[in-house]
Amino acid sequence: MNYFIIGFYALLIGASSIAAYNQKRTAFLLLFSLTLVSFVMGIVGGESMLWGVTILAAIIAFSAGVSYSFREFLVILLPLEMSKEMKTAPLTAGFGLFVIFTYTIAGVFAPVIAPFGEAEVISSAFAPADENMLLGADQLGRDMFSRIIYGARNTVGLALLATILAFLMGATAGLYAATKGGKLDQLLGRIVDVIMSIPSLIFSLLLLSIFGTNTATLIIVIAIIYAPRVFRLARSVGGNVVVMDYIEAAKLRGEGTWYLIRKEILPNSKAPLIAEFGLEFCFVFLLVAGLSFLGLGIQPPTADWGSMVRENATLISFGEITPLIPAGAIALLTVAVNFVVDWMLDRSSGLKE
Amino acid sequence: MGDILSIVMKRLGLGLVTLLVISIIIFGAVELLPGDIAQAVLGQGATAENLAALREQLGLNEAAPVRYLKWLGGAVTGDFGSSLVSQTPVAEAISQRFANTLFLASYAALISVPVAIFLGVLVALYRNTVFDRVANVVTLTSISSPEFFLGYILILFFAVKGGYFPAIATIDDDMSILDKLDRTFLPALTMVLVVVAHMMRMTRASIINLLASPYVEMARLKGVPAWKVIVKHTLPNAWAPVINVVALNLAYLITGVVLVEVVFVYPGIGQLLVDAVTKRDFPVVQACCLIFAATFILLNLAADVGSILTNPRLRHPK
Repeated sequence: MNYFIIGFYALLIGASSIAAYNQKRTAFLLLFSLTLVSFVMGIVGGESMLWGVTILAAIIAFSAGVSYSFREFLVILLPLEMSKEMKTAPLTAGFGLFVIFTYTIAGVFAPVIAPFGEAEVISSAFAPADENMLLGADQLGRDMFSRIIYGARNTVGLALLATILAFLMGATAGLYAATKGGKLDQLLGRIVDVIMSIPSLIFSLLLLSIFGTNTATLIIVIAIIYAPRVFRLARSVGGNVVVMDYIEAAKLRGEGTWYLIRKEILPNSKAPLIAEFGLEFCFVFLLVAGLSFLGLGIQPPTADWGSMVRENATLISFGEITPLIPAGAIALLTVAVNFVVDWMLDRSSGLKE
Repeated sequence: MGDILSIVMKRLGLGLVTLLVISIIIFGAVELLPGDIAQAVLGQGATAENLAALREQLGLNEAAPVRYLKWLGGAVTGDFGSSLVSQTPVAEAISQRFANTLFLASYAALISVPVAIFLGVLVALYRNTVFDRVANVVTLTSISSPEFFLGYILILFFAVKGGYFPAIATIDDDMSILDKLDRTFLPALTMVLVVVAHMMRMTRASIINLLASPYVEMARLKGVPAWKVIVKHTLPNAWAPVINVVALNLAYLITGVVLVEVVFVYPGIGQLLVDAVTKRDFPVVQACCLIFAATFILLNLAADVGSILTNPRLRHPK
């Protein structure tokens, strides 16, 4: 027993007692279950495990603080209509928006932020971190930190392009099929069924083995694989809108199909489509990362998070966390987007699926 | 009963047609190569004689539909031709590795299915409490993490720092089953983490849907105890969605295995596929893709058939 352990439990039990006394049910449940969990963890893992719990709690508290202030910042900054929405947003959504904001900054201003170029060899291989290199060097002696920053531009940029392309194809075809109906609708539906019954990773591996792995092919292949999902959603959302009276009215007015899609159907199916865009981006981003990890995505020397994990993977067996940093960067962005999407789906609930 | 049978048969027939179309896509994709396989293998500098010889050897001089039928006939009888790189029969390389992959996937499934369903029901019962919210954040995080991130974290903590389990999951036939289970624990755990999160969310959503339906409210209002509402009233109708969830996630397991196998250097079919793609060994790529796609479709079929058989309302469609 030392002071840390005693202090740790005293703090937790004290806090949960205060919560219980003040009838804060949620806070009490959270704190007390944390106490029980750390009790078990403390017995199993000893003091180091308790330190882990403390650090984790500190990280969570810190990110909660950041998300709270970022949300309040947005509430003040945004016009009235949107700030009302922001006020009711959960903290997780605030966190998601903050992370997305940070990544955007890193991606756009990569050359300014990064101290070295992405392919610049500046020291020996796997050199440890010093005051020049925040995160040390990779397997060729390039600065890890600079490559992570550039990765925000390359990996995210590629995933974003592929998602936008998939979305343009899928949403256009889906809304068109919903408006037109008939044979074309049937045909597109069947094609989509077939494409979706092949697992996406396997299909992309097949296509990439044939067409080779340059960036343009990668974007097109991924867009083709993910467009069917967008098609399905756009088709079903559009199908619900098409039967409305105002569409009938517009048709009687003699409006063309494109006018109907652009001016009548699209504005009324925006909410689920935007949420779908976020989800789709997550899938595409994870697929791109996975392909790069397998060495079939973005090709070196371009900095890319997936391939950085693979190239530095040997460091793991020496207990270094270097390969986890790019992998964590991937996970963090996907989590952030998912949090925001979750909030958006929740807001327009009933539109799940 | 005849009615259900015809629905199930229709569904099976549709699955078979899909599989056939996919086999055409897999075969046809390779035909899209600029030039042909011989050109792709030998490269630009190949002499005309070499090209002709290789074409003869691979049977490329016949028309594409004839070759497709031969390939399909071979695939059905378990003969996928021979590898371009090693010249050995593809089926030989695949069979052992496919068994390994199935072993790993079923290991993960055996752990994750009961855990996920139990937790999913629990979270659905305590929805909108703090536990539900914590579970929501945790599962979202787990889903969002790429498999290799989870895999390397587990390696770092359980293999390198803790030393509880081996980091590299090489197995061979001579090992006892316990040895194998120990060796493959970390890759299985990686997949369990992802799949449990997916399944929990899906189970929660479908159970909540049921709990919101009027007949459950009726049961509550007439004073049925909470556990009885779940076991007697909700569960019979919950089987269909739960079976669906399980089958979909098993299908996910089969493909998610590719990345996990590479992380843990596990001798499975996923790693074979990735190697073949890098070496552009087309017969192996085709065979692996066909096997993955077939497994995926079969599991989806099983999900559909399972939910038809367990759901009284699907048995009598309007």
